[in-house]
Amino acid sequence: MKEIYLDNNATTKVDEEVFEEMRPYFCELYGNPSSMHFFGGQVQGKVTEARQRVADLLGASPEEIIFTACGTESDNAAIRSALEVFPDRRHVITSRVEHPAVLTQCRNLTQKGYRVTEIGVDGAGRLDMDEYKAAVDSDTAIVSLMWANNETGVIFPVEEAAAIAKSKGALFHSDAVQAIGKIPINMADSQIDMLSLSGHKLHAPKGIGVLYLRRGTPFRPFLVGGHQEKSRRAGTENAAAIIALGKACQLAGQHMEAENTIVKAQRDRLQDALMAAIPNARINGGGAERLPNTTSIAFEFVEGEAILLLLSELGICASSGSACTSGSLEPSHVLRAMGVPFTCAHGSIRFSLSRYTTDAEIDTVIREMPSIIARLRQMSPFGREHLKGQA
Amino acid sequence: MWDYTPIVKDHFLNPRNVGDIPDADAVGEVGSLACGDALKLYLKLDENKDKIVDAKFQTFGCASAIASSSALTEMVKGKTMDEALAISNQDIADFLGGLPEEKMHCSVMGQEALEVAIAKYRGEPIPEHDGEHDHGHAYPDYEGEIVCKCFGITDTFLKKVIETNRLTTAEQVTHFTKAGGACGGCIPKIQELIAQVLGSEELQPRKRPEKLSNMKKMQLIQEVLERDIRPLLWADGGDLELIDIDGPRVQVAFRKACAGCASSGNTARMVEAKLRDLVAEDIVVEEVSQ
Repeated sequence: MKEIYLDNNATTKVDEEVFEEMRPYFCELYGNPSSMHFFGGQVQGKVTEARQRVADLLGASPEEIIFTACGTESDNAAIRSALEVFPDRRHVITSRVEHPAVLTQCRNLTQKGYRVTEIGVDGAGRLDMDEYKAAVDSDTAIVSLMWANNETGVIFPVEEAAAIAKSKGALFHSDAVQAIGKIPINMADSQIDMLSLSGHKLHAPKGIGVLYLRRGTPFRPFLVGGHQEKSRRAGTENAAAIIALGKACQLAGQHMEAENTIVKAQRDRLQDALMAAIPNARINGGGAERLPNTTSIAFEFVEGEAILLLLSELGICASSGSACTSGSLEPSHVLRAMGVPFTCAHGSIRFSLSRYTTDAEIDTVIREMPSIIARLRQMSPFGREHLKGQA
Repeated sequence: MWDYTPIVKDHFLNPRNVGDIPDADAVGEVGSLACGDALKLYLKLDENKDKIVDAKFQTFGCASAIASSSALTEMVKGKTMDEALAISNQDIADFLGGLPEEKMHCSVMGQEALEVAIAKYRGEPIPEHDGEHDHGHAYPDYEGEIVCKCFGITDTFLKKVIETNRLTTAEQVTHFTKAGGACGGCIPKIQELIAQVLGSEELQPRKRPEKLSNMKKMQLIQEVLERDIRPLLWADGGDLELIDIDGPRVQVAFRKACAGCASSGNTARMVEAKLRDLVAEDIVVEEVSQ
């Protein structure tokens, strides 16, 4: 069965060009970039090129790029560093809809005596800026707010939020894992101090991430024990993956326009058609500015895991904000923070597209989805009551 | 992705007996939209009002909830009401070739709906409880004190599930009932209930085996420690670790609150009594610091 992959916010296909770029650095050019000999040196040259390519996509300088193992490491390193840099500041600000890589760490900090403020969002997933402005004070060490939400695609006004943090002397970090490669980002014209990136969300392999660190920003390393990355992240460089990420960032820059025209049009067509064909559905975050590739739709009276498995029978890969898929029992914290009613939070499905998505694939989902929802509603006691009410 | 058995997949993709019975004799409803799963079960009885001749269901929930409901309707057909009441949630899971432990609450939901339907038909009193909680009542017809406020689950119900399925950890209880799965505030209370049930004399006493190979004996000692001893210690913030077994000598080290506790000697004797009771009468428990 050929897959129809609409789960690109979970992970992406490695671009063939990216794979070709990294291929020689396993069995042939396997030298350690730190070595003195020519064999390591030629790898170092490629790592330097990759660093430049990543910097170009972000509008940054190469020395502001620190390679890490994943987005989660970057998030952890950024927040920990800020707390060490400002030992006298005991306040951390984040949002209620962050990725667990940020949220879990912040919640753990409350156990260590930190004051943690989680800023709320409105029904469309937009950050409550008034609450945020009131929360930042001279005790705030770091503000960590995501650039775009992984479940809904809703974009936060991070530049505006960063300016407010700076006015109080706090550091500002953004988990930009979902945003990079999908919307233009320019750190040259920004007040953001730190930014997290994950390779596998933009067609590079898993296991490579970046922490952008603005020049002059005080920093304490998370991993110590080596001079790599200018002693800001010890550990032998994952050279092949770094080289792959450089290529992926170069390609992301080239495809940025298509992402915001072709992919966005496909996304819009998909959600418009599903909303027209299926009653009692709503787009989570539909009223907000969103990533061009993401749509999260809540279907009332049905449960997400059942929808996903019926889609999966047809080769269609999506994801859900439902509790049952994760083994947890509560629907996603993001949907709950948005106040999505329980009647449909359990039945939320996220489709996330990429530049590999075809029109024919979108047609298939538009064709199959209504009968899947109807079938499950027919089986659901609440759906049946509702259908009766309509008749 | 969940590792569902082919039988679960079949009952999810081709559910048997979906629908309703307009002139049903018994109807049982459990769960709610807020809880994330719900089941409405209809039973039709024969002329003598004893044997179940037809069963139908409507389910809101995940694949395993739908499969459990489908399995249940197949299992009860042709059974008398008393026979049907003997079906346990484990029987439903077994019928399906097993369920992932995180999904066992789906089989519990099926068994509950069946019990509620028959109790209602028989006019047995099922007192409603009062309680404030976030998600509505997961099991509305169970009396007792609310333990899990998020899902509205009572101590009576939890004790029943802990006892029937011989659950020993709070995590298992969450998998089977959902209790503790949202805010987690009731997990200490759940651990207390586990300790109560496992320590309760109402439980069927397990017999000490007549003869044991060394290998079997070591396995049994480990099992008793895991199932009967450690949950009791957890309830008081303590723990123990099995260090070595040498003939009849069982060496344990106390951890957490038990480590250095003045009454650890008493605890060691309690462990010894339990092991003598359930494994072999010559067992000697020694406390080691390691």
